[in-house]
Amino acid sequence: MSWFHFFRRRQSDAELQQEMESFLVEEIAENTARGMSAEEARRQARVKLGNVQKVRENLWQQNTVSSFEKVCRDLKYAARTLARSPGFALIAVTVMALCIGAATSLFTIVRSVLLRPLPFRDPSSLVAIYEHFRPAQFNQDGFNYNVVSPADYYDWRNQTHGFQDMGVWHWWQFNLTGERGELPEVVTAVAGSWNLFPLLGVQPVFGRTFAEAEDHPASDVAMLTWSVFQRRFAGNPSIVGRQIHLDGKPFTVVGVLPASFTYPDAKVQVWVPYAAPTPPEWLQYHDHHQSHVIARMKPGVSLESALSQVGAVQYREHLQNLNAPVAEDVVPRNLIDDLARDVKKPLIILMCAVVCMLLIGSLNVANLLVARSAARQKEVAVRTALGAQRFTLIREQMMESLLICLAGGSAGVLLSLSATRWLASAWKELPSAQGIHVDGMVLAFACGLVIVAGLAAGLLPAIASTGNSVFAALQATSRTAGGSRPRTALRKGLLTVEIAVTVVLLVGAGLLLKSFLRLQSTDVGCDTGKVLTLGYSLDSKKYDKQDKVNAFNETLLDRLRAMPGVRAVALGSILPGAGYGGDDVFTIPEHPPLKPGDELPDALYRTADPGYFSALRIPLLMGRFFTAQDRDDRALKVIVSSHLARQYFPGENPVGKHIHPPAYGNHDYEIVGVVGDTIYQVGKPTKAAMYFPILAGDSDRGMTLAVRTDSDPLAISIPVQKQIAALDPELPVSDVLTLEQVIGDSLLNASFSATIVLAFAVLSLVLACVGLYGVLSYLMTLRMTELGIRIALGAQREELLRLMLVDGMRPAVFGLGLGLVGGAVATRAIASMLYGTKPLDPAVFTVVTGALLLVALLACLAPAWRASRLDPMQALRAE
Amino acid sequence: MGKNGQGDAEMLKGTLDMMILRTLITGDAHGHTIAKVIERTSEDVLEVEQGSLYPALHRLEDRGWVSSYWGASENNRKAKFYRLTATGRKQLIRETTRWRQMTRAIGLVMGDKTQTEGGIG
Repeated sequence: MSWFHFFRRRQSDAELQQEMESFLVEEIAENTARGMSAEEARRQARVKLGNVQKVRENLWQQNTVSSFEKVCRDLKYAARTLARSPGFALIAVTVMALCIGAATSLFTIVRSVLLRPLPFRDPSSLVAIYEHFRPAQFNQDGFNYNVVSPADYYDWRNQTHGFQDMGVWHWWQFNLTGERGELPEVVTAVAGSWNLFPLLGVQPVFGRTFAEAEDHPASDVAMLTWSVFQRRFAGNPSIVGRQIHLDGKPFTVVGVLPASFTYPDAKVQVWVPYAAPTPPEWLQYHDHHQSHVIARMKPGVSLESALSQVGAVQYREHLQNLNAPVAEDVVPRNLIDDLARDVKKPLIILMCAVVCMLLIGSLNVANLLVARSAARQKEVAVRTALGAQRFTLIREQMMESLLICLAGGSAGVLLSLSATRWLASAWKELPSAQGIHVDGMVLAFACGLVIVAGLAAGLLPAIASTGNSVFAALQATSRTAGGSRPRTALRKGLLTVEIAVTVVLLVGAGLLLKSFLRLQSTDVGCDTGKVLTLGYSLDSKKYDKQDKVNAFNETLLDRLRAMPGVRAVALGSILPGAGYGGDDVFTIPEHPPLKPGDELPDALYRTADPGYFSALRIPLLMGRFFTAQDRDDRALKVIVSSHLARQYFPGENPVGKHIHPPAYGNHDYEIVGVVGDTIYQVGKPTKAAMYFPILAGDSDRGMTLAVRTDSDPLAISIPVQKQIAALDPELPVSDVLTLEQVIGDSLLNASFSATIVLAFAVLSLVLACVGLYGVLSYLMTLRMTELGIRIALGAQREELLRLMLVDGMRPAVFGLGLGLVGGAVATRAIASMLYGTKPLDPAVFTVVTGALLLVALLACLAPAWRASRLDPMQALRAE
Repeated sequence: MGKNGQGDAEMLKGTLDMMILRTLITGDAHGHTIAKVIERTSEDVLEVEQGSLYPALHRLEDRGWVSSYWGASENNRKAKFYRLTATGRKQLIRETTRWRQMTRAIGLVMGDKTQTEGGIG
């Protein structure tokens, strides 16, 4: 019947009673009128009415939604069964909560990062375009999206018509200072082309976006993002039209971007026009790669045909700059993948790991349920004999596992709320273009998980336990030695699968961990202990002459060296392990000219002060370090790394020879020294590097200071910053960190995946262990009588111990074998994430095998030992 | 319901609903009256069991064929009255037609020369 009646059954029942009451009264009155005595009239009326209770029951039934009623009854029953063994219930619910919580958290992140459309107009027709180098050495690790040169972008946009429009942006950094003595700060900025905002379909909250006429070198307009607008300008719209100072230069704020616009990253504070921050000639370069291009597809024009036009333009550029690093081709990239950068693969791997864990959790609950259903076998048989339908019995048992998963799922979702927040904040490489939060879709996913896990965990044992013939079940007693074969076979089968999945997880975790340890122990090439680092950038307005820059730097270095606790000070453009920085091509005047089509020699570009190498303890291999005399524009000296010397001066002494980088004017730089190699990023191979004297002056004014100290380097950070503020109170510093932290940051991703997968693997191992223990304990209970008889007949205790152990270890060994095979296949997927570790690393496989066997043995030992210590009298009486 | 017809519960269930609707065509009535009218008009061949009557009334109400209200009986006692609705009236016509066809068909099979209406053997 309908739900309406279902919920007002009571009222309907009361009405019926009243109705029947009135019937009785009518009938009695009628009977009395016919001349019956009062007594007889009442009796006859009651006879006529019949069984009141039955009528009420009839109607009650009629008003009941029967399936719902049954489900409620089953739920009540299942809850009571679970409450009877709270220990079991607690373990099962905890297992499911952990599994579902972890899965939900990861799904939340996957959804936010990879699945949700970007908050732009028609995001599906947007595409990122990169340059693409064809030679094989660029395509080794399957990732070849090269950022674009400004001149290439301008050519693409002006010479092709396949796209509706193309926008461009690149990263920048400014010192933001106030007019009225507000604290200076270093802000992350983006220089974006004027057409980028209309292209993305983003409207400013206040003011306007850039005009085409404003997108030129030395432009002085800027836009604020919502975060800096709220934080520094107190959300006051009157900032629009006023000025802010970026690198000491006044910029007029023309607009404020909405809070939802956090592209390309939430840490961006200021936008300026694309051409604004750089010198005019910079826009003519075809070989300075740093820009990101976004294009909107034209309706009716396929991506392929639009791209082929761009590709043709790019190939022409390549032919015109044969020796320069100008790519031959272009390549498109999905905007979401582009934002997800390096986290897509780890995310997918973690998702796989969590699915494995969920599988293990379900199998474990299934395993525990099989044991319990075995105990209720007689009950099931009796009920079947009395006519209970198999479906009813299955439904009843399923309810138990669903209840477990429901409780586990609710706890898991709560758990995942905090876990997600932690993950999002701790995993620094996650793109934050969109907030990561739980939404309806995620909750639906969690509900789906609960149902699937509940079905998976409950269906197997329920079907198995009800399928037996009634007769056999009623006949069977635990006295029939060995227990019921199919039941134990099912449990062992489940256990084998569980252990196999655990082994796969363990192998994956082991490989990631080994690779991480490898990374961590990488030799950076310098002494990273007890070094404080910080960055600052001298603006070109106040420090318009190289003399002023040098004066500031040298005064600062002198003052810092004089501080107590400071051993040495280094100043350079970028420190070892702190990133790629940038590279440049050069020629060697002493060598014969290159054939056309040959790649120009290429090396990382660095600047260094005279004390840089000794302070960082980078060894000098040949020649000399810089001196204070290597200064101003005439100091054409360079120090090269040992890698550069090996690669470009094989079998020669490079000292005294010259390199000629076309990008820095028409000069030959004399090589004065060769220093040891340092790596620019942990996990990447070393690359040739060239160091120019910082005192010689250079367009790049971003500097990194490194201070080697006697004790804790962070303790000295405030005194160091005070020294800087004393020299220039308007100069902000950035990234105050130890060198170990700087290097550790690049390890974060690896450590993250390794730690989480390891946590999953250990949890799975514990679960598998509990499963193993449970199965063997259960087997022992079943075989109690048999064992008692064996002991009474004189079986050796060691013999029994061995018997039980073998019984328990068999699924473990089968599972291990399966898992090792599965692991060997699965690790191919993570091969590209491994550093210095082969996917089939024998050490990892050996350790996993050993660990699993040891743990399995321990889990089996307890019940096996108990079995061997049985008192035969007790065992035989127990039945 | 029928004194002699215990075996035909399935068929008779439908006929009870139909007869209740037929009774209500003359005006609103409460349960007791409905039972009495059916018994009297069938010359006491059919006896309405309360165990079937009340669930049937509630069922008819669910389907929207009758509506109910609390009122005072002839003897001025509180009673629940039932009233035939418009859809109930249509339903009655449908069921009556079907019943006529059925009895005629059964009659033919049983070799009755004369057509009977509403009689059960």
